[in-house]
Order: sequence, then C-alpha cells, then structure tokens
Amino acid sequence: MDGDDRVFDDRTPGVEEYESTASYLSYTAGLGLAVLLTIVSFVVAQTNLLWPPGIPVGLIVLAFAQIGVHLVFFLHIGTGPDHTNNVIALAFGVFIVFLVIVGSVWIIANLNWNMMDIPR
Amino acid sequence: MTIAALDTVPTGVPTELARGRGGGGPASTRTVVAYGFWIFLLSDFILFAGLFAAHAVLSGNTAGGPTGAELFNLRNVFIETMCLLFSSYTCGLGALSAERRQPARFLIFAALTLVLGAAFLVIESTEFAGMVSKGAGPSRSAFLSAFFTLVGTHGVHVTGGLLWLVYMAAQVVAKGLRPQVLRRLLCWSLFWHALDIVWVGVFTLVYLMGAR
Amino acid sequence: MLGRLSWAAIPLDQPLPLYAMGVVGIVILIVLGIVTVKGWWPYLWREWITSVDHKRIGVMYVILGLVMLLRGYSDAIMMRSQQAIAIGDAQGYLPPDHYDQIFSAHGTIMIFFVAMPLVIGLMNFVVPLQLGVHDVAFPTLNSVSFWLTATGALLVNVSLVIGSFSRATWWGYPPLSELTFSPDEGVDYYLWPLQISGIGTLLTGVNFVTTILKLRAPGMIYFRMPVFCWTALAANMLIVAAFPVLTATFAMLLLDRYLGMHFFTNDAGGNQMMYANLFWAWGHPEVYILVLPAFGVFSEVAATFSGKGLFSYRSMVLATLGICILAFMVWLHHFFTMGAGADVNAVFGIMSSIIAVPTGAKIFNWLFTLFRGRIVFTTPILFLIGFMITFVLGGLTGVLLAVPPVDFVLHNSAFLVAHFHHVIIGGVVFGALAGINYWFPKAFGFTLDERWGKASFWCWLIGFYLAFMPLYVLGLMGMTRRMQHIPDPSWRPLLLVAELGAIVVFLGILCQIAQLYVSIRTREQRRDLTGDPWNGRTLEWSTSSPPPAYNFAVLPRVETIDAFWEVKRKGLTPVEEVYETIEMPRNSPIGFVIAFFATFTGFALIWHIWWIVILGLLAAAVTVLVFGWSENRQHEISANEMAQLERARLGLGRPA
Repeated sequence: MDGDDRVFDDRTPGVEEYESTASYLSYTAGLGLAVLLTIVSFVVAQTNLLWPPGIPVGLIVLAFAQIGVHLVFFLHIGTGPDHTNNVIALAFGVFIVFLVIVGSVWIIANLNWNMMDIPR
Repeated sequence: MTIAALDTVPTGVPTELARGRGGGGPASTRTVVAYGFWIFLLSDFILFAGLFAAHAVLSGNTAGGPTGAELFNLRNVFIETMCLLFSSYTCGLGALSAERRQPARFLIFAALTLVLGAAFLVIESTEFAGMVSKGAGPSRSAFLSAFFTLVGTHGVHVTGGLLWLVYMAAQVVAKGLRPQVLRRLLCWSLFWHALDIVWVGVFTLVYLMGAR
Repeated sequence: MLGRLSWAAIPLDQPLPLYAMGVVGIVILIVLGIVTVKGWWPYLWREWITSVDHKRIGVMYVILGLVMLLRGYSDAIMMRSQQAIAIGDAQGYLPPDHYDQIFSAHGTIMIFFVAMPLVIGLMNFVVPLQLGVHDVAFPTLNSVSFWLTATGALLVNVSLVIGSFSRATWWGYPPLSELTFSPDEGVDYYLWPLQISGIGTLLTGVNFVTTILKLRAPGMIYFRMPVFCWTALAANMLIVAAFPVLTATFAMLLLDRYLGMHFFTNDAGGNQMMYANLFWAWGHPEVYILVLPAFGVFSEVAATFSGKGLFSYRSMVLATLGICILAFMVWLHHFFTMGAGADVNAVFGIMSSIIAVPTGAKIFNWLFTLFRGRIVFTTPILFLIGFMITFVLGGLTGVLLAVPPVDFVLHNSAFLVAHFHHVIIGGVVFGALAGINYWFPKAFGFTLDERWGKASFWCWLIGFYLAFMPLYVLGLMGMTRRMQHIPDPSWRPLLLVAELGAIVVFLGILCQIAQLYVSIRTREQRRDLTGDPWNGRTLEWSTSSPPPAYNFAVLPRVETIDAFWEVKRKGLTPVEEVYETIEMPRNSPIGFVIAFFATFTGFALIWHIWWIVILGLLAAAVTVLVFGWSENRQHEISANEMAQLERARLGLGRPA
C-alpha cells in the first residue's frame, strides 16, 4: 500500500509533550535573539546607522526576523513532515495578511492620488 | 444494504497506513484542540491585518492635529516591548513546567508572566491617558482613531489573556495538571506568543516608523 | 433608562411593517401554541436546542435559512412590484424611505441569513458523515455558532417592529452609513447582528478546517476525501480568512458611530474608500464561500445520479483550491469605478478573468461525469443541469463585467443586479435545493416527494429567467439598481416580465412548501430502509437513515476514493463487529444561553441601553467561565450498548 516507514503524528504548534531538555535552551536563545533584534530595530529607527531611505525596509526585515524567531523558538514551528499542516496554515495566513495590508495600501494610494485626496 | 467495517479495526491505527499523508485516522484530542486554536489565531492575525491596513492608510491623516512623532515616547515603547517579550519567555518556561507536571513552578512562571503583562498594560494605559488629556484622543483625527483602535485592540487582547491566565491558574490549583487543563494551557501559551508577534508588528510599523 | 428606545420606535403610522409583523407574530404564536399544547418542549430542548450533534445543528441551520428565505423573498416581491407599478407618473405604494430599508434588508438577509445558513447547514450535516467520523472537532462550539447566527437573524427581524432598518444598502458604505447621514438606529440594526453572527460563522470556519484536516476515518488520506469535503475545506478556509476583515471593518464603522472616531467620516481625515476596499476584501471571498460548497453538492449529485465516479477527481480538487486562493485576489472588481486608475483596474480585471478558468474546468468535469452515465432524472440532477446552464451564462456576464471599461458602463446598473442573482441563484440556491433534496432522506429517513420537487425546480428555473433576463436589457438601457421610481415608461414591458418571473419563483417556493407537507404526510410510503436510497458512493450512505448519534459504531477503514462504492462493488459481506466504548459529547445549553445574552446585548447596543449591555456581556462571560469549569461533558456509549443498537439497526433494517 502507500505506507511510510516512519510512524509519526501531526505536531501541534507550541510545547510538545515529553519534550527533551533542549527546550530551555530554545526559549533562552529565542529570548536573546528577540531582545537583540528589538534593540537593533530601535537603534536603526532613531539613528543614521542605516542609510535613511532604507530604514523602513530595514525595520520590516528586522520585524520579520523577530517574528521568525518567535515562531521557531517559542512556538516550535518547524519544517518536518509532521509540521506540514501548521506551516501550510501559517503560510495561508501570512498570504492573506500580506494581501490585505499591501493590497489596501496600494489600492488606497492609487485612489488617493486619483481623487486628489491629500492627507489632511 | 448496510456495511460493517472491512475488517475489524483495532484501537491503534495500523502502521502501514500513510500517517504522514493524513491517513492515520482521527488525530488525538490535544492535536485537534491545538490545531483548531492555531487556526483561530490565524484568523485573529487577519483581524489585526485589517486594522494594520487601516492604520497604514490613515497614518498621514492627522487633520491638523498631533502626529506620531509628536506623541510617541519611544523609551516607554522599548520598556513595554521588553516587558511583553520577557513575559513571552516566562510563558514558555511556564509551559515547560506544566508539561513536566510541575504545578508549583508553573504557578511561579504564571505569576511572573502576569506581572510583566500587567506592567505592559500600565505603561500603555498611561500613554493613552496622557494622549487623551493632551487632546490627542481617538476622535481627534483619523490617524489617532486608527492608532488607538489598533494598539487598543492589542491591549484588549492582552487584558483578556491575563484574565484567562488567572482563570487557568485557578484551574491548575483546583484541578491539577490534568489533560484538559494542559490542553487549555497550550492554547493559552499559543495565544500569548501570538500577541507578542502582533506587538512586533505594532512597535515596528506604528511606533518606530510612525515616529520618523 | 432605556437609552434611545421609546414608544415612538414602534411604527404605528406605517401599516405595511405592522401588518407584516402582525401576520408573522400570529404564525409564531400558533407554532409556539401547538408545541406547548402537544408537550414537545422537553423533547425540543433535550434533542434539538441543546444538541451538539452536527446532524441536528445542520438541520436547524437549513430550517433557519428556509424560514429567512420567506422573509427575504417577500422583500424581493415588494421591490419587484414597486418597480412594476411606479413608472412615469405613478408613485407606487412604497415610499423611498421604506424602499431603501427593503433593499438593504433583502440583500443583508439573503446573503447572511439565507445563503450562509443553507450552505453551512449542508456542510454541518454532511461533512462528518462523509469523513467517516463521529462528529466535528468542536461540537459544543458548533452549537454556539448556530445560536449566534440565529441571534443575528432575530435581531435583524426585530427592526420590522421596533425602529427601522438600515437604508444604507447591504454594504453599508460611509458616509451614508455614518452618523451624519444615518443618525438613527437603522445602520446599527445592520452592524450589530452581523457582528454577532459573524463570530458564529468564524467559529464554524475554525471548526470545519480543523475537522477536515485532522478528523477523518483511518485510511482517508487527503486525496480520498469526497469532493464535497474538499469544497467545504476551501470554503471554511475562506471563512477563516475573510470574516475577520469584515469584523474589523464593521468594528471601525461602529467606533465611528458610537465613539466619534474618524475612520470613514467626511471630516478629520476619514477615508471612505477604505471602507469599500475592506468590505469587498471580505465581500468577494464571501461569494466563493457560498458557491464552493454548492459546487461540492453538484459534484456529489453528478456522480451519484450518473452512476459513475466524478470525472477527474484531481483536477476538481486543484480547481477548488485554485478558486480558493484566487478568490482573495480579485476584490477590487467591485469598485472599478471608484477611481483607482488603469493599472490597478487592469491587474484586478485580469485576475477576475483568470478566476473563471478553474470554474470552467469544473463545468467540463461535471459534463464529462454525466457523459455516458446512466442518468437518473431526480430533482437533484435537474437542479444540476439547470445550474450548469444558468451558472455558465451568469458567469459569462461576470467575465464581461470583469473588463474595466465595460464595468464603467454597467457598474451598479440592473445588468449587475441580473449578473449576481444569476450566479447566486443558479449556483448557490440551486445547489442548496439540490443538496436538500439529495440528503433529506439521510436526515429524516424518508425521501421528498419527487413530483413537487420537480415542479419547484421548473418554477425556480423559468421564474428566474423571466425575472432576471429583462434586467440585463434594462441595465444596458440605462436603468440603475435600487430605483424606487422608474422614470422611463418604455421600460414597463420588461419590468412586467420581471414581475411575472418573481411570481413564478414564488410559485416555486410554494411548491417547496407543498413538497414538504406532502412528503411528511406520505412518509411511510417513501421510507428509506436501507440508508442508501440513491445507490450512493460516499460514506454517509453506509449509515442508517437517520444515522445514530455517533454516526459510525466503528470508524470505517478507507482504501479508495468513493469508499462506499468500493465496498458495494466488492460485494463484501458484513462481518461481526468488535465494538469499543466511545465517548460522545453531552448536549449543552451553553450555545442557546450565550445567544440569549447576545440577543439582549445586541438589542441594547442598538438602542444605547448601556446597563443592559454591561449586564449581558457579564452574563455571557460568566456563562463561559462556568462552562469552562464544568466536568463530565462527555458521556460514554459502552461497547455493549453499541452492540445492541447496531444489532437492532442491522437486524430489523430500520433506523434505530
């Protein structure tokens, strides 16, 4: 039939039962990285360390990185086959969030331009 | 015509079925509950996306009133952010304690999470009150409406999360770390981490970009 | 004390709504009276109101949808009649204020309280049975979802008697829907019920995505699920993705109206176009939420009544998922004319044309399923054929409208009205009616009368074309939508034909009522004793009609697509089962109780009665906390008990 050799079950996001000692390390590493990324964000935003016109992009990249840290180190979202459902769901969610925010900004920017709606 | 099973189905799912392709039969209650809650959280992210979109579109519409740069105190925002981040950390350690059936340690971490979360809320409400007293309340301009709604909705979620945490702590004390309580703690910790993820978006897009 | 509520809210000076509510009130009292006199309350409370069984909840959803169809349809007939009469000098019988409320209520009710409940009801009933499992992932939450939807329906209808409904169309665009131009309770009667039922719908989405992805019979890998379950998955993914956007949008409008904020106001920097943008970001996926399960119904009906498997299962699944993703990428076509410019319009116009492609693939698949099949001309298959013709034509007009320059001429004209009714009636309504006819025997143990069913089909089909084809022509002649008075007498013949169509559809609805009545009266002649009246292919037909509460005593082991058909084909003989104790959730009043408090809270919010709002919210919160503390929410069905039930069921060949 169509069997796999391994027997595994779908993982839930978040802490897994009977997880090994690696987890304390996972959380602490995640915290460290997140703190670092936060500090860097605040510094980038308020100084000229990054080329000024690039600051918005830089901040977004840092935000994505920190969200990634949260997902991996705190929520334990991985890439194994037992994570597939969680990752696909997350990808779908991210896709919709992207469409709603970027789509709205693009559409309204165009509408504002054409309707001469100056921010007031 | 009626049908019986093709042959008797034992309790354990046969290993030759492709479980990785979803043929393993119904998942465990814990998996089902956590996945369902994960889907709910994704819907919550999309709710925030709608509010983020409104904020992005309206952030320039200050109607002659105060702008973000004039109002935001980034030092407080940094402290808030650290509070929430560390509360995520203590939440995670609490979840580990719960999984290892250590209720006392769980309660300690829960208390720490509560304190840090409450600190976040105190700073945020002080900020809001200050803005309102300066005449920069949500009805002043579209930008402020969007700001208060987006950040305020996050704050409401945090408040709800803390109330839920207190309720869960009570359940742990009263019922112990039985499977049903553990499943709910899992949901709670997913919720709490998700709120921190949303906050990353908030402090980046609303405060850091808004203050420039 | 009572906020803005006063005796003036009752429309004593407006005979139409008063008479309408009088009639409805009398009918309700009669029904309640009969139930009381016959002593059915304990049974109803125990078996239906507090039920967490997906089959019961599904039936209640469908009943809600059909009852609200009567309300929504009376709005439709009133509008059609007004437009047939008020031409030239004649003023008709509906003043503009009423007419505006009627078209707003018609759209709101038909989308949110007819189409959604019908579709969700069918998914509720069928999906766990087709997946071969005992129930959905979160049965109690399912009950909450239903009762919150019912609350929304109730509150919208209360606006007939107390106060008035929104005049701001079923979209509620600002600035019309803002306080400046709609200061009274109308728009709040639109916003709050929809927010409340929106929560219910979102929870349904979460419930079914989890059920379909995590709860299936052993061996049922994704590509062995019935196509209806795939379409249900896609629709529920869209619910999870789209409804939060609606919630956020309505919340922002509510904040404007209640707390003086400025998201969409004319002053202080509000941007009304953002409302339209966000509303349709929900609105377009919504129509796919409605139509995808209808497609699923048709896939099942086509396969069953041609005696063949569905043509090209894989492409059907891929087309479904394609539609699901694309559904979220076309929403601007609802406001091409708002002024986003050529490049934005071009992108969304192209995406809107592209989304027709997977739908076209599905049509071909259904056609090829029927081709060379042994077709049995039952009511469901008539609806399928009617759907294929009607939906294709309606879809074609949609592709026309997807071309921005064409849409600039036809936006918000009668042409558009004809288009969306074309696809919604041809797709969603026909699908729901086909599904009801198809699965009715499974739900109740006897088939529906075929003659009345076919009569209702022909009335719906003919009535639909009579009612809406003239509107295409009228749209091209310049008639806009929502006209309370018709200025051009040359439109009269077409409007009269449309009115005739509305009457014929009404006859179709009467045929459905007759069908129900006759079927119930003659049910013994049409008992479904085998559980498989149509020689079906999927697992729901392997249970008794109606199935026992637990659906399957032993979860079936699935090895192919169309699992039940395979079993029949192989001619397997029943084997003595080894039963095991299963746990099923207990019934719970929590859904009803939360909805009860939500009704009062919603009403109080509409009328600004703050103390009731606070009490209602507190009561709902306490209910949740108490429920969360409760134990013993499952009950066991022991192996012996199941053995007895199953032997009784199999032995006598009658439903347990």
